[in-house]
Amino acid sequence: MLIKKELTVKNKSGLHARPAALFVQIANKFDSDITIIKEEHEVNGKSIMGILMLAAEKGAKVTIIADGDDAEAALEELSEILLHDIEDEKVL
Amino acid sequence: MKQKKEGSAKKQVQYKGIPAAPGIVIGKVHIFGTEDIMPSERSIPESQIPYEVTRLKDAMEQTQKEILVIERKISREMGVEHGRIFSAHLLVLEDSVLVQEVIARLKKRKKNIEIIFTEVLDKYINVLSEAKDEYLRDRISDISDVGKRILRNLLGAEEKSLGELEEKAVVIAYDLSPSDTAIMHKGRVLGFATDIGGRTSHTAIMAKSLEIPAVVGLESITDQVKNGDQVILDGTHGVVIVNPTKTLLAKYEKEQKRYLHLERDLVEIKTLLGETLDGKRIIVAGNIELPEDVASVISHGAEGIGLYRTEYFYMNRRDLPNEEEQFNAYKSVAMRIKPRCVIVRTLDLGGDKFLSQLDIPREMNPFLGWRAIRFCLARPDIFKSQLRAILKASAYGNLKLMYPMISGLDEYWQANSLLEDVKKELRKEGQDFNEDIPVGVMIEVPSAAIISDILAKEVDFFSIGTNDLIQYALAVDRVNEKIAYLYEPAHPAVLKLIKMVIDNGHKENIPVGLCGEMAGDISLTMVLLGLGLDEFSTSPIAVPEIKKIVRSVSYADAQEIANVALTFKTGREVQKYARGKLRELVPDIAIELE
Repeated sequence: MLIKKELTVKNKSGLHARPAALFVQIANKFDSDITIIKEEHEVNGKSIMGILMLAAEKGAKVTIIADGDDAEAALEELSEILLHDIEDEKVL
Repeated sequence: MKQKKEGSAKKQVQYKGIPAAPGIVIGKVHIFGTEDIMPSERSIPESQIPYEVTRLKDAMEQTQKEILVIERKISREMGVEHGRIFSAHLLVLEDSVLVQEVIARLKKRKKNIEIIFTEVLDKYINVLSEAKDEYLRDRISDISDVGKRILRNLLGAEEKSLGELEEKAVVIAYDLSPSDTAIMHKGRVLGFATDIGGRTSHTAIMAKSLEIPAVVGLESITDQVKNGDQVILDGTHGVVIVNPTKTLLAKYEKEQKRYLHLERDLVEIKTLLGETLDGKRIIVAGNIELPEDVASVISHGAEGIGLYRTEYFYMNRRDLPNEEEQFNAYKSVAMRIKPRCVIVRTLDLGGDKFLSQLDIPREMNPFLGWRAIRFCLARPDIFKSQLRAILKASAYGNLKLMYPMISGLDEYWQANSLLEDVKKELRKEGQDFNEDIPVGVMIEVPSAAIISDILAKEVDFFSIGTNDLIQYALAVDRVNEKIAYLYEPAHPAVLKLIKMVIDNGHKENIPVGLCGEMAGDISLTMVLLGLGLDEFSTSPIAVPEIKKIVRSVSYADAQEIANVALTFKTGREVQKYARGKLRELVPDIAIELE
C-alpha cells in the first residue's frame, strides 16, 4: 500500500537536529519505504544524511510517502514528529 | 586544511574568538590532529569490489563499537543528555542510503574504498556547510567525526586521543569533535582553542559542562602557533594570546588567581542575598544574551536578569527570526528564572551590530544613527513581532520590558502605543499575557539622563546603560583605540549624570538599575551603591564579587564614600579614592585590583 500525506512542518526546530534523529529512528521501525519530498528534493526517510540535506525548517511544506504493509501506522507516527515540539530538542 | 607556516620571532599575538567555556589558563601549546588522514588513491580490479565493501562494513561496525563505548562513558559521567549527542553519530553508521551510495560510486569509479568514502562524505559536508541554519552547520563536526573514525579504522591507524595527553597543555586544533572533547582528561587538557565552531556546537556545550576553559571560532590560529609556544587562553572573554609579554603574563596570572579565588567564594556567596551590612537590599543580577546563559546566571548566584539582550536572534543568519522562536526563548528564560525578574531589552540593532538580512545602510556615525528604538519604530513589523513574543512569554514568569536608546518622551510614547496595539491583538486572540507588564527605559543617551525627572513620571523603571552613556557623554568612540584613554567611567560628568538619574527615579518611587560594564567594575561598586542604585546587573561571572562588596559595607558608609567621590575634579582622583576605600573595607577583593 502506498499512501501520501502533505503537511507543513510545525515543530519549532524544523526537521533537523533532534527531530531528524527521532524521525529516522522511528522510520526504521517500519517495514514500509519512507520518502520525504520538499520542493524538488526527494530523500529516503530512513537516512539521517538524507534528512539533514533536506533542511526542512519550521513552515516548510513537505510530502511524506510511505509504501508497504504498515504504511498507515508509519505515516501517523511520523507526522506527529513534524507537527509537535519534542522536549529537549537542543540536544541532538 | 591549511599548511603550517614556520613562525619566526616570538612575537606576542592576540586572537579574538567566540567564548565557549569560561576560565583562564596559561600553558604550553599542544597542537592536536591538524594533519588530516590522507588516504592514497589507487585503482582496484572489478573482482576486488566485494572485498572493499566488506572492509567498509567492518570499519563501520568497529566505529559503532567505539562510539557506543564513548556514549556509555559520557552518559555515565556527564549525564544522559550528553550521551545522546552520539545518537546522530550512530544513525550515520546505520544509514543504509549512505552505504548504498558509497557502493554505487565504488562500482563506477573502481578506486579503493577510502577514496570513495571520503568523496561521498565530502559531498554531504559541502551541502551542509552551505546551510543557512547555524545549528545545521554545526552538525558538520558530528558527521566528520564519524567519517574520520571510519577512515581511521579502514586504514588501521591508531587513534590519537586527547585522553592520553602526557603533559598538561592547552590544546589547539582546527576543530575538535564531540568525541575528542568528551574524552579529554580534565587534569591534562588545561583548555582548548579551535579554528572553527560556534556557540551551539557540541564541542562548546561539552567544554562548558566539563568546565574546561575554551575559545572557538578563532579562524586561523592553528596556522600561527607551534607546539610548545606559551599561550594564555581566556575562555571568559574569548581571547587567546600566543607568546605573551612578561607584563601581560603577570596580569593574567593575577586574573587567573582571582578567578580561582572567586570560584571558591562562589559556593558560599551564591545562596546569600545582596544586602548591605545595615540591611539595605540591593539586587545583584546577571546580563544574558542566550537562553543557555541562564545556567551561568543561576550558578553564579545572580538574583535575576537585569539585561536580556535580544540581538542574538538576528545575528549570523539570513532570514528574520519569527515570533514563535522568540516566544519560546523568552518563555524558557522566564520560567527558569522565576520567581525572579527578567528585564528583556527590545532590539538594539545598529551601532556596532549590523545585520545582513535587514539591509541597514552603512553610516558615517552609526552610534548616532539609525539604531535601536529608532530602527524599531521605523520597522513596526519587526518590532511588533518581538513585542508579541515578549508579551506572550510574560504569562509564564516575571518579565519586564525595556526600550533602548530612548532620547526623549515621544519615542517612549510611540513605542508604548505599538505595545498597546499588540496587547489589543492578543486580547482579541484570547492569548494570556501580563496586562501590567512593567515597562522601563534604558538611560544611555545624555538627553534622557537630563530629562530623567520627566521620564520618571511615565515609566516603571530605569536601567542605566553606562557603555553608551559614557561614550555619548564624553564623546568617546569606544571602538577607537587612539582615544580609549578618554573613556572614563569615573569621570565626574558620568557620576553626576548617574546621580541625577537615580535621584529623579527615586523621587517618583521607581527603581533604578545599572546594566553596563561599569556594574561589574569592582572599584566603583561602593560609589554606585552610595549613590542609591537599587540593582547592579553585570556579566554573571562578576556577580559574586559585586555581591561580596555589597555585603561588606553599610549603606551609610557607602553614601559617605559617594559624597566624597562627587567632590573630586577628575576621574583619576575618583578612581584613586574609590580604590583606596575598597582596599580599606574589602581587602580580599581589592587584591584583585593590583
